[in-house]
Amino acid sequence: MAAVRVLRRAAAAARLRGAGPGPGPHRAASGARPPSVPERIEEKRRAALLGGGQGRIDAQHKRGKLTARERILLLLDPDSFDEYDMFVEHRCSDFGMDSSKNKYPGDSVVTGRGRINGRLAYVFSQDFTVFGGSLSGAHAQKICKVMDQAAMVGAPVIGLNDSGGARIQEGVESLAGYADIFLRNVLCSGVVPQISLIMGPCAGGAVYSPALTDFTFMVKDTSYLFITGPDVVKSVTNEDVTQEQLGGAKTHTTVSGVAHRAFENDIDALLNLREFFNYLPLSNRDPAPVCECHDPSDRLVPELDTVVPTESTKAYDMLDIIHSIADEREFFEIMPSYARNIVVGFARMNGRTVGIVGNQPKVASGCLDINSSVKGARFVRFCDAFNIPLITFVDVPGFLPGTAQEYGGIIRHGAKLLFAFAEATVPKITVITRKGAVQIIFRGKEADAEAEYVDKFANPFPAAMRGFVDDIIQPSTTRLRICHDLDVLASKTQSSPWKKHANIPL
Amino acid sequence: MGIKTVAIHSDVDANAVHVKMADEAVCVGPAPTSKSYLNMDAIMEVIKKTRAQAVHPGYGFLSENKEFARRLASEGVTFIGPDTHAIQAMGDKIESKLLAKNAKVNTIPGFDGVVKDADEAVRIAREIGYPVMIKASAGGGGKGMRIAWDDEETREGFRFSSQEAASSFGDDRLLIEKFIDNPRHIEIQVLADKHGNALWLNERECSIQRRNQKVVEEAPSTFLDPETRRAMGEQAVALAKAVKYSSAGTVEFLVDSSKNFYFLEMNTRLQVEHPVTECITGLDLVQEMIRVAKGYPLRHKQADIPINGWAVECRVYAEDPYKSFGLPSIGKLSQYQEPLHVPSVRVDSGIQQGSDISIYYDPMISKLITYGSNRAEALKRMEEALDNYVIRGVAHNISLLREVIIHPRFVQGDISTKFLPEIYPDGFKGHNLTDLERRELLATAASLYVAEQLRSQQFLGTQRIPVAKSKRSTWELSVRLGDGIYPVAVSKDGSSFSVEVDGMKLNVTSEWNLASPLLSVTIDGTQRTIQRLSRNASGDTSIQFLGTVRVMSLRSDTGLMLLEDVQGCFCLRSSQLLAYKLQILTKVAAELSKYMPEKAAEDTSSILRSPMPGAVVAVSVKPGDTVSEGQEICVIEAMKMQNSMTAAKTGKVKAVHCKAGDTVGEGDLLVELE
Repeated sequence: MAAVRVLRRAAAAARLRGAGPGPGPHRAASGARPPSVPERIEEKRRAALLGGGQGRIDAQHKRGKLTARERILLLLDPDSFDEYDMFVEHRCSDFGMDSSKNKYPGDSVVTGRGRINGRLAYVFSQDFTVFGGSLSGAHAQKICKVMDQAAMVGAPVIGLNDSGGARIQEGVESLAGYADIFLRNVLCSGVVPQISLIMGPCAGGAVYSPALTDFTFMVKDTSYLFITGPDVVKSVTNEDVTQEQLGGAKTHTTVSGVAHRAFENDIDALLNLREFFNYLPLSNRDPAPVCECHDPSDRLVPELDTVVPTESTKAYDMLDIIHSIADEREFFEIMPSYARNIVVGFARMNGRTVGIVGNQPKVASGCLDINSSVKGARFVRFCDAFNIPLITFVDVPGFLPGTAQEYGGIIRHGAKLLFAFAEATVPKITVITRKGAVQIIFRGKEADAEAEYVDKFANPFPAAMRGFVDDIIQPSTTRLRICHDLDVLASKTQSSPWKKHANIPL
Repeated sequence: MGIKTVAIHSDVDANAVHVKMADEAVCVGPAPTSKSYLNMDAIMEVIKKTRAQAVHPGYGFLSENKEFARRLASEGVTFIGPDTHAIQAMGDKIESKLLAKNAKVNTIPGFDGVVKDADEAVRIAREIGYPVMIKASAGGGGKGMRIAWDDEETREGFRFSSQEAASSFGDDRLLIEKFIDNPRHIEIQVLADKHGNALWLNERECSIQRRNQKVVEEAPSTFLDPETRRAMGEQAVALAKAVKYSSAGTVEFLVDSSKNFYFLEMNTRLQVEHPVTECITGLDLVQEMIRVAKGYPLRHKQADIPINGWAVECRVYAEDPYKSFGLPSIGKLSQYQEPLHVPSVRVDSGIQQGSDISIYYDPMISKLITYGSNRAEALKRMEEALDNYVIRGVAHNISLLREVIIHPRFVQGDISTKFLPEIYPDGFKGHNLTDLERRELLATAASLYVAEQLRSQQFLGTQRIPVAKSKRSTWELSVRLGDGIYPVAVSKDGSSFSVEVDGMKLNVTSEWNLASPLLSVTIDGTQRTIQRLSRNASGDTSIQFLGTVRVMSLRSDTGLMLLEDVQGCFCLRSSQLLAYKLQILTKVAAELSKYMPEKAAEDTSSILRSPMPGAVVAVSVKPGDTVSEGQEICVIEAMKMQNSMTAAKTGKVKAVHCKAGDTVGEGDLLVELE
């Protein structure tokens, strides 16, 4: 059985130093003697590794899902997981919960720290095999502990969510647990990156923890996020809707914008998360990571000379530009299926992580609307919070006109994008690929926001002559120029006036 | 030659290579050829405006158009090609054959003219002797050609061809002639001046064809002995002289297994495959054409024309060779690098990185020519050149070309025009890996994976929290390739990897430059150039190995995306289209992957998707219609070819997503059945 083998590996990894010899063959024979402390430790550990038991593990597998521990095994480097609170049990005594058959060492979440490509990460992984992963006071306490540690040490928190919701038997204790987690989500926000991967149900108040984190990823077909499920929806609004329609990965990555990306299955999601992690700094105290890069920073990109059509009305794919400029054509796109008129995501330039924002002429002419403004603004703020330089590719006809947009508050939402860019102090490099009807030019070296109307790209002189754009460059030299500028801007320092916090137009 | 040049181009070709190279460039119209490259009025206008003195028509479009040549002549502009008379004479199948007969050129026994009825067709066929070929005289190439092996097939062929002759060409004449079994297509390059001198510049063997289009050409032919060559050359020259031919031209022959050769047709222009002749003779044919057009006499005597070494040309097309040996593909060349670093390689191309391969023109990417002191050397270089050719963003036929040139029958010179359908009766399926090659592929892919994993831990600069480097020296992996899952163990040893596959140890060495499109790998001493086309976080890797690669486009939730893929490599969402899959996982992940849910694959029998980009010519069904299996549903035209799309099963039409006149992309949904 692969599962059992995998668990054994985890056991080896989690074993405390100096915990004494493991269970020997003599143990079974000495039945009368009460188990020694090392034996009891070993027994609890074995029980913890089995979570809700083999039956429930099998059921979890049948649903096409991995167990909490298997997920950690795939997410972290081999043998790097150090588990916390394996012996914590829930404290509920109502509804017969205090009977020993209702106690599971570690309760319904596995927590600890480990390494992803050698770099530190804190992890909690909800265990659906124990009371459906429901959140008890103890469960919340375990999560809070890793979050506190992560904030103190300065390392990201990754939550693997797979929980039926509040532990109904615990009532307010459970609800208070959510409040504790929410508070920490907020306190950690902007301090360490927080990533949520939804790998099963996540409903009711529980959804607000992922919603408070920086990134929410989902697993297609096996994960759901909603405030109220289809049954409640039916009884309140009389709508007929399935779980998948209401809160599946497709809904949240294309319609609601709640999730940032969806993956095919658990393995695909966890391996992608490892890759994603490499783009992130560990905390707001660390610079954007620089990876070893084989792609020459002075590489010319000849296709850029022809990619933008000469007719200003003809569309092209901004992703073509991004791929051709980025190191090794790699771009980790965030929210690829939502508000597609703006493209955001991470790439590397000469090894260094950058955040890329681009108008997408291929979709709605790349205009800005409510959804794309919010999508762009949130991404820009993440990058700024975590010292990730921003590269912006501009080709925008302006904001989308119409009553739907005006009534929806395009003024308020559009302001978020302006706010986020203006507030950002990280290096900012803007490349205007064709036109900026409302051209927002931020130059890293001065970082002053300027707005200038330029009627078309065919005539970049008005902006260039006034110094609003620094230079007019040959498209094929874009990569070279950006890499060069980033090197110079690496030492950029800029501070904002003292404030408690700014008041972004929410 | 110091001649200033003017390029003409269509809208979409404004950035084409020929436009950049010319001294001046003028746009002659929008993309469709009828409005640009075939638009004589516009072209004449440009000629007047730029005061061009001569026009080289290239090898497509108006190169064999007598009207164009006539109009140029009336304006006093030199047409760099033969006289109108020769173009006209050779453009007509029947007239050219008569001329050839009179010039004592061997012709295929047959009849050409108006055939009264099916009985007469049968009588003629019996006279000639079966098998016979029947087609409309006016039809070009192999279009509408039918082969009859008995009386009944003759009647059927007559019926079909005469209808087609009347409807398509408005010309009732039919051609019935001896059908040559196992023929080779060997052509003689001729060069003639306006002073009655004519030379034959040896032959080109062009037997490797698909749908009567040449794919691989070489010069000289392995098949000809000096006597046959001379006989063919002399007849070709006789024909050229008979029509007072000037400029470069090509006399095509069919050659049977007993070296009997028969005149096929004469092309009154430069041929696509002319570079192989240039390589072995040392002549620059375009330069000679210009000289002849100017009225200069030829500079060479027949005795001066050598055969130096051997040259091979592969036509590199943007097409998917896995569909009927090549269905056109379109897209942007996201990466493009010609193998010019390989010695003795010539690449004639009109595109560059970033170019669009559009539906408007022939999907040829380039002509790849290699040259050597002998055939083996030329072929070896071709193999290397193909491996080092980087083409991304569109499907291409490198895999087919490479398979052809390494096929034992080709290497022995045992070929005919039926080579492809004979060797691949069920269609081309890519390279068949030998056990050794499979191990090499697995070892290379696994090494690449580990090199990538190791690099993922390389962070530059000082880290506030130190990076805990893995002390691991051995990686246990599980690689899925096709239906097989192979345990592969990789251990690092300096810059090389020791890889255990199938209980055998292979040593894989490379510089492991993970950004370069070409990766030179040495596997147990054998050097291979591989190309990694894509990878993703889940271990899916596509590698071009021994030429075998496949590019396909898929619909995804992010819209149309181009997914480059390898045959021999994976594609998660439409695996059925590919022969192999390659996915690399750690052993642990591979063990857990058995719990992952199978995602339901799309039922492809009830939906019809466009197999290629093109224009919808006709839709023959509407929602609610009942169609039977094999019934035509719609017709897609792409690159001048009409393709009939048929129903994969019997059923009722649920929805029609296209209408006549629509432009569709590869993979676009056309029709759904219930």
